[in-house]
Amino acid sequence: MSPRRTDTGGRIDRLKTIRFTFDGVAYTGHAGDTLASALLAKGVTLFGRSFKYHRPRGLLTAGVEEPNALVTVLRGEVREPNIAATMVEIHDGLVAISQNRFPSLAWDVHAVNQLGGKILSAGFYYKTFMGPVIGPLKGTHFWMFCEHFIRRAAGLGSAGPAKDPARYERMNAFCDVLVVGSGPAGLMAAKAAADQGARVMLADLEPRFGGSTNWSDETIDGAPAADWARRTVAQLEGRDNVRLLPRTTVWGYYDNNTLAALERVSDHKERPAKGEPRHRYWAIRARSVVLATGAFERPLVFPGNDRPGVMLAHAAERYANEFGVLPGERIALFTNNDSAYRAAIALKKAGAAIVAIADVRSDLSPEMRRLATEAEAEILAGHAVVATEGGKALSGVKVQRFDMVTGALSGEERNIHADCLLMSGGWSPTIHLASQAGAKAEWNASRQAFLPPKPAQQWPTQQWIGAGAFTGSFSTAEAIAEGRAAGLRAAGGTSPPAALPTVEAVDGDPDPAPVFEIRAKGKSFVDFQHDVTAEDVRLAHREGFVSVEHLKRYTTLGMATDQGKSSNVPGLAIMAEALGKPIPEVGTTRFRPPFAPVSIGSLAAERFGDLKPGRLTPMHDWHLANGATMYSAGLWYRPMIYGLSGETIEQAYVREAKATRESAGIVDVSTLGKIAVQGPDAAAFLDRVYTNMFSTLAVGKARYGLMLREDGFAFDDGTTWRLGEQDFLMTTTTANAGKVMQHLEYFLDVIWPDLKVHVTSVTDEWAGAAIGGPKARQILAACVTGTAVDNATLPFMGIVHGQIAGVPVMICRLSFSGEMAFEVYSGAGHGTHVWQALIEAGKPFGLVTYGLEALGTMRIEKGHVTGAEIDGRTTARDLHLDWMLSKKKPFIGSAMMDREGLIASDRLELVGLIALDNRPLNGGAHIVEALDETNPHGSIGHITACCYSPALGKHIALALVEGGKARHGTRAHVSDPLRNRFGPVEIVSNHFYDPEGTRMHG
Amino acid sequence: MLITCPYCGPRDVIEFTYQGDGNRERPDPASQNFEAWNAYVYDRLNPAGDHNEIWQHSGGCRAHLRVVRNTLTHEISSVGFARGDHASAARRNAEDKA
Repeated sequence: MSPRRTDTGGRIDRLKTIRFTFDGVAYTGHAGDTLASALLAKGVTLFGRSFKYHRPRGLLTAGVEEPNALVTVLRGEVREPNIAATMVEIHDGLVAISQNRFPSLAWDVHAVNQLGGKILSAGFYYKTFMGPVIGPLKGTHFWMFCEHFIRRAAGLGSAGPAKDPARYERMNAFCDVLVVGSGPAGLMAAKAAADQGARVMLADLEPRFGGSTNWSDETIDGAPAADWARRTVAQLEGRDNVRLLPRTTVWGYYDNNTLAALERVSDHKERPAKGEPRHRYWAIRARSVVLATGAFERPLVFPGNDRPGVMLAHAAERYANEFGVLPGERIALFTNNDSAYRAAIALKKAGAAIVAIADVRSDLSPEMRRLATEAEAEILAGHAVVATEGGKALSGVKVQRFDMVTGALSGEERNIHADCLLMSGGWSPTIHLASQAGAKAEWNASRQAFLPPKPAQQWPTQQWIGAGAFTGSFSTAEAIAEGRAAGLRAAGGTSPPAALPTVEAVDGDPDPAPVFEIRAKGKSFVDFQHDVTAEDVRLAHREGFVSVEHLKRYTTLGMATDQGKSSNVPGLAIMAEALGKPIPEVGTTRFRPPFAPVSIGSLAAERFGDLKPGRLTPMHDWHLANGATMYSAGLWYRPMIYGLSGETIEQAYVREAKATRESAGIVDVSTLGKIAVQGPDAAAFLDRVYTNMFSTLAVGKARYGLMLREDGFAFDDGTTWRLGEQDFLMTTTTANAGKVMQHLEYFLDVIWPDLKVHVTSVTDEWAGAAIGGPKARQILAACVTGTAVDNATLPFMGIVHGQIAGVPVMICRLSFSGEMAFEVYSGAGHGTHVWQALIEAGKPFGLVTYGLEALGTMRIEKGHVTGAEIDGRTTARDLHLDWMLSKKKPFIGSAMMDREGLIASDRLELVGLIALDNRPLNGGAHIVEALDETNPHGSIGHITACCYSPALGKHIALALVEGGKARHGTRAHVSDPLRNRFGPVEIVSNHFYDPEGTRMHG
Repeated sequence: MLITCPYCGPRDVIEFTYQGDGNRERPDPASQNFEAWNAYVYDRLNPAGDHNEIWQHSGGCRAHLRVVRNTLTHEISSVGFARGDHASAARRNAEDKA
């Protein structure tokens, strides 16, 4: 017999048929089904192959804790691997495939690994592949040989290369009370808090609110529990102060009650509605948090407990009551606690035969005996399952008499014919979020479970209130009472509570027998997803791993995608027994975010793609309209080249740079950081900030300045213009604009609050165009009015004010290109107007526009430094800027810059390189004295920037090289094994072109 | 983590930039006492517990704040302006609100 759909019952809509495929086979299911329930209803028992041994695996659970039934969901070209089938809601057109099988799920060649089980025990890889080579089949080299095959055989699903076209978004939310979990406790908490007028958010990872009411068979206020839940949800839905978040996993709990949640907005739809994202990342800041996250049922550890058809008892109850699916026709149960008896009744009612209930306890309560009788099940008290039989589905189980005090088995093995075995090893509260919030869990001996700590032991910045099964209160009546109390407390409510809803339920004893493992012959699995057996845990103990943290890492127990939701406590229990210590002394590991896997896309959200913020210069549209290829530099977009048709990037920048040196070129420099430094103490402040003097600078003049950090290393450079006695305009490099601003603010606010200086970022207020070349002055003369631009009026580093095309401009004669050059600044709104006027005026003179590549080429030719050389590791001396270090005054960094290590002679210093083989050089390539291509070593430095220099007709580079100047005129080699570029270079001065500066001084 | 800016009220940590250990004492700028400079630039306490820190409200009013934060729990026990004479501004601000 096989599983099947029941005729009635469940929260599915039998009138709505949904078509989907699994491993290429077409199936149908109903609205409300998960992939797991729909396949199970069609008799599918085999869902995957295990991680290491490739054992056939079926469904263990019905929820987020599922370790076995992981599938890959395909959406067009996009593969999303390792999704629990229990969490996939089916929709028309859903395509899912199984994982870790070759060539097919039913017939898998790697299943041969099962025979090698003894070899593939804990630590197999460490023992086999690490350390020195001893013989041919050991050591690190052997690993390099085997890795490819092992990686193919082991593991989970694989991601595809296709780009994910889905949209993700992030929401920031604020509420008074966040309730996590929508079972009876969570619903009561949300309602109680909402009744107080609090702004409430209620999140549940399932699509249906109600938690256990969806499958419990209990009644609340005289109606089926599910009806009560539906009514309560309906009451909440209508309120303005409540936001309901189904399909939302709260996965992270951070400081000050900041929680992270993932809402699966449209995964359950054939296609998302217009504008709807796939996932939404919620950053929720809650005044109070109610954790009503319930509990996970634990498996029992016995030989063959991983065979398809062996399932947790409550999962079967869920399949029957929530999805109308019978996981088997002849069902046996194996339990150490009372909760499994409820499952027996539920499955009996749904139409299955309950053949036997094996209970490790020999003393059963009359109540449980009555339930077993009602289920027409044979009661095997003081018995345990010692083996299971079958292949891809269960055919039978073997039971034996069991003494739960000694763990001894006795008597004859007895065969029981069954196609499904339900197991229950007790319940573990879902304390993950509380654990993330810093709380240390406490072992409760009667519940045989880790419970969340008392509120007094919570961390001050992460305070929550627990309710229901989360606190170890497993009955619905307790959940309802605790839920309401938690909701009232969270909302600060005081109103006298009305009567609580009444519950009719078979509660039984919440305490299980302290039995975790049945030791018999065969593989007994603890961690199903990572294939960790009870024997692996004991082996780790024998090999000396006594700490639970080491055990976890050595065996990989609890480190799979399910993060040990079902395996944590059984693993600890087995370790504790091996150590001969009680469980609380062994301790538990801290749970970390995320609670369940999170899509990377949701974390990137709008920081990616169309919604990524960008900064555009005032002339941006003009650049686009005039053929610029844009380059993204941080948030800025800047022209890289203005390519002509058919030109390569190199041809374009060489043409632009050449034309600039021959006639004139113009470049957009609006991105430079600009800071207004104003006030009576502005000059004194700049003297402290820059290594050189600014108080001596005349009004109407500019000066090149260098800043150091406190530790004496170079920080940033740029020109600062004195516009008035107390008014300076500082420019910074584009990349450091924000950092320099913070640097200045810090010193003004914290160190020197007595200085009367204001700093204001004015980067966006000014548009800047740099125009340089032999004809630059003529071009300005042709379009500037209101001032002369001749050498007397506008000398090198002089500033004048005038107009271009009727708008005011400020012109400073300074040069980055090494040519006679001017920076023309206008108000940002006039940027394009002035730019176009300059272009127009330049036409008769052969003015070209140039981009970042030509800018970089000309600065390399001049040997100027940028962020590539001021990289946080270089000093002013390294960059030959020591002439800027004033000896007349202290400045930031002056006390530390002369330290022994910073003035050593073997430091890397700025030099120029010329490729002697006339081939391009690469940034980042190393420089060596003697070349050995097969064994590259002996770096004496590296290349920071490189280009083809049209002025020299050679491939050149700037580099930081040991010894620096002392090597000028000598030969060395580039050694770049990654890009296979080797060859001779000559080390020269970084001032390649016009070292005397005659061109810019005119 | 929330930091209560005296100007702006409680704000998320993403609005702030950490600007270093608040226990540093900058030597006299003209001082050549290398030990003192070395201690100022490099020596840090790294306590497990309350720590005196400078944070800038860079995504807000841009004031620098002196924050005492517990490095184990992220509990913030006090926030004030790093700059002495800001205190009067905060008081005025509080008085205006009252």
